Amino acid sequence: MNIVLRLAWRNIWRQRRRTWLTTGAMVFSNTLLVFMISLQFGMYGLMIDNTLKVFSGHMQIQVPGYKDDQKIRQAVPNVVPLASGLRQQFRTDTIAARGWAFGLASSAERSYGIGIFGVEPTFEPEVSSIPGLIKEGRYLEDSDATDIVIGSVLARNLRVGIGDELTLLGSGRDGSFAAAVVNVVGIFESGVVDIDRNIAQLPLGLFQEVFYMEGAGHQVVINAANLDEATLLEPQIIEALPAGEDLVVHDWDALQPGLKQAIQADMSSAFFMYGILVILVAFSVLNTQLMSVLERTHEFGIVMSLGLKPGRLGRLVMLETAMMGMLGLILGAIAGALFTSWFMVNGLSIPGMEEMSAKFNLPPRVYPQVNIWSTLIGPVVVFLFTLLAAVYPALRLHRLHPVEAMRAN
Amino acid sequence: MRMLPVLSRLAWRYLWRNHRRTIIMVGAIAVGAWAMIFMTALTRGMVDQMIRDGISVLPGHVQAHNPEFLDDPSVSNRIAMGDEELAGKFDAMDFRAWASRVRVPAVITSERESRGVTLLGVDPEAEEEFSFVSYEDVEGRFLETPDDKGVVIGRKLADKLDTEVGKRIVIMSQDPDNEIADRGFRVVGLFKANMAAFEESYVFVGKKTAQKMLRIGDTTTEIVFVGDDYRNVDPTYQRVSEAVAGKLKVSRWYEVDTYLGTMMKVMDGFVLIWVIVIFLALSFGLVNTLVMAVFERIREIGLMLALGMKPSSILGQIIIESMFLLAIGLGLGDILAFASVKPLESGIDISVVAEGMEMWGASSMLYPKLYWSDMVLANVVVLILGFLASLSPAWRASRYEPVEAITKVG
Repeated sequence: MNIVLRLAWRNIWRQRRRTWLTTGAMVFSNTLLVFMISLQFGMYGLMIDNTLKVFSGHMQIQVPGYKDDQKIRQAVPNVVPLASGLRQQFRTDTIAARGWAFGLASSAERSYGIGIFGVEPTFEPEVSSIPGLIKEGRYLEDSDATDIVIGSVLARNLRVGIGDELTLLGSGRDGSFAAAVVNVVGIFESGVVDIDRNIAQLPLGLFQEVFYMEGAGHQVVINAANLDEATLLEPQIIEALPAGEDLVVHDWDALQPGLKQAIQADMSSAFFMYGILVILVAFSVLNTQLMSVLERTHEFGIVMSLGLKPGRLGRLVMLETAMMGMLGLILGAIAGALFTSWFMVNGLSIPGMEEMSAKFNLPPRVYPQVNIWSTLIGPVVVFLFTLLAAVYPALRLHRLHPVEAMRAN
Repeated sequence: MRMLPVLSRLAWRYLWRNHRRTIIMVGAIAVGAWAMIFMTALTRGMVDQMIRDGISVLPGHVQAHNPEFLDDPSVSNRIAMGDEELAGKFDAMDFRAWASRVRVPAVITSERESRGVTLLGVDPEAEEEFSFVSYEDVEGRFLETPDDKGVVIGRKLADKLDTEVGKRIVIMSQDPDNEIADRGFRVVGLFKANMAAFEESYVFVGKKTAQKMLRIGDTTTEIVFVGDDYRNVDPTYQRVSEAVAGKLKVSRWYEVDTYLGTMMKVMDGFVLIWVIVIFLALSFGLVNTLVMAVFERIREIGLMLALGMKPSSILGQIIIESMFLLAIGLGLGDILAFASVKPLESGIDISVVAEGMEMWGASSMLYPKLYWSDMVLANVVVLILGFLASLSPAWRASRYEPVEAITKVG
């Protein structure tokens, strides 16, 4: 081992307890940071996936203005050929056309206003999780059948079951009166009351007929394998849009503006907390290193009078700090990864948080995601601040006067 | 105990012997204390506002319904007692405010569009105090009497329906015989609300007009009561429960909106966890400082012991030193927190993430709120845990063998 390295290593162990306490502060903060960051990003991933999976998909083709107003006449013409053209061009099944209208659903006993989706029975399961959540009966099959699937809360409120009839009333694309009688063939349950209470799905062919859509729909939903691929796919989709039509592509962030902002708001408060932890560790290091410099004034005086430059001593102090910091980084990252891995396997559930989880489409038990990135980011930042904290003690050495320093103590 | 003044003076002087170390430690404690209180004030402010907004839509601290109504919100599950009977019961009971109202799901249709909404048939005078709509801040006018023939809708809903003040819309719902009940209304006002979702989903009409349209005589579906403090709703709950004697289901606000109730509970837990985490991060530095302070003066401690000072006095002295450190740090942190929260109490504009905050159920203005109880909690927890953390170094110092300690080469 290099002599300077050995010197630094020995110096930090001159005060074992102090070094361990300072390292302990780092290990504590690092463990906490690894756990929190892994948990946070695990939750954000789930929030995004689960929210997009329900309806919105990674992106949608709509006409300009539809996203904000959702008026029935803001329609995409020839929506089924458009979707099937894109499916062929991109060789994927995860593209589906939809229509949406608001209507009054009446059973023999009750009437409720609901959102009615017209979907392509074959492709909807590729872009939405709803078809997979059928609890009773079956999902839609034929694109022109007078079938409907509804949410479980709505079924309870309307007091209908499989095989019962529902009357739908609404206004068509041209403002005329739209009405239909349909059979309940399936009931889905997503666990989110708002969805289970307010949503029904019809085959798109029937939807277009009932609401006088003349072949039009309101959105083409496009799913990619993951968010990164969605970003790559977006410009290609824009290019593939038929020329001359007034259409836009909205990505998930535009479709669900609340989602990214909720994450940002949560992140900024989390970063404030992390920042405070890091600063407290830095204070601890500053204190330790300042003490270790001050108590060695006499010794430093001697080596300086022997010709050692203060700059070199400063580097020695920085090296000692770096060693201590590295120790904290390694131990903290290991402790953090182990601690978090336990929860990665067993999951974490916070009692009484079910309502909060449901609000953000999270399962009641979350599994933090440990990876290299989430394990190292916190500890590395702590390490950098540790070095920063040692700058002041190191610079103090330049003010040291060899003769006076030797007289100290 | 007689030694206390002497020990305190000794501790104080020792503290300033190495002023740099003391200043750094005080700085760390101050930053920690500031962060504890500041962060708590921010989240408290957010949750308070959420709950206040939430309660104002519910509205009221305590509600009474037909037991079936919450799961099946239909007029067939209305309250069997008429308005006169209710007034006879509750007017004399001196609640801060109470009102009976019609609340049913409905469909609203303009010439071009339809949407699902919650129809509220209200007595504008009775609800003015706790309504989430400020009557002055309405484009056009708010309803004036319970038999007002107009309708007041949110601005956002008006956009979606392509309608405006002066135009006509149709509202459809159900009567008790499950027949469609509908009626045309003229839009007389557009209201603003803290959250866009409220503007989209609530529609106000006069209570009597709604009763006539739904053919329910003078009955209603919901009675709301406002007590003095949303944190303490049990007195109101008790009195209402006794008055309705089991005929209606009486619920506290946090039972009606369980998300809000959870948020309030989670918040209290969060404050304590946050304070403890910060303290733990601080404790390493604190113990370190004390260990160093003891280590540097082993010889002095040995001398004092040799001269007859009791070990318990040494123990006391180190603990007093630690308490001084904590007290100065906490004092500074408190002042810092107070000084930084006070100017922000008029509100922080976080509308950049407004839609995200709305997902959390919070509005786009954040009003930090400094509670004395949170400040006291933070200080007391730090002092108690600080006392415990300093026991070990102090104990060690008091156990030195005088002769060994004196001869130790520092």
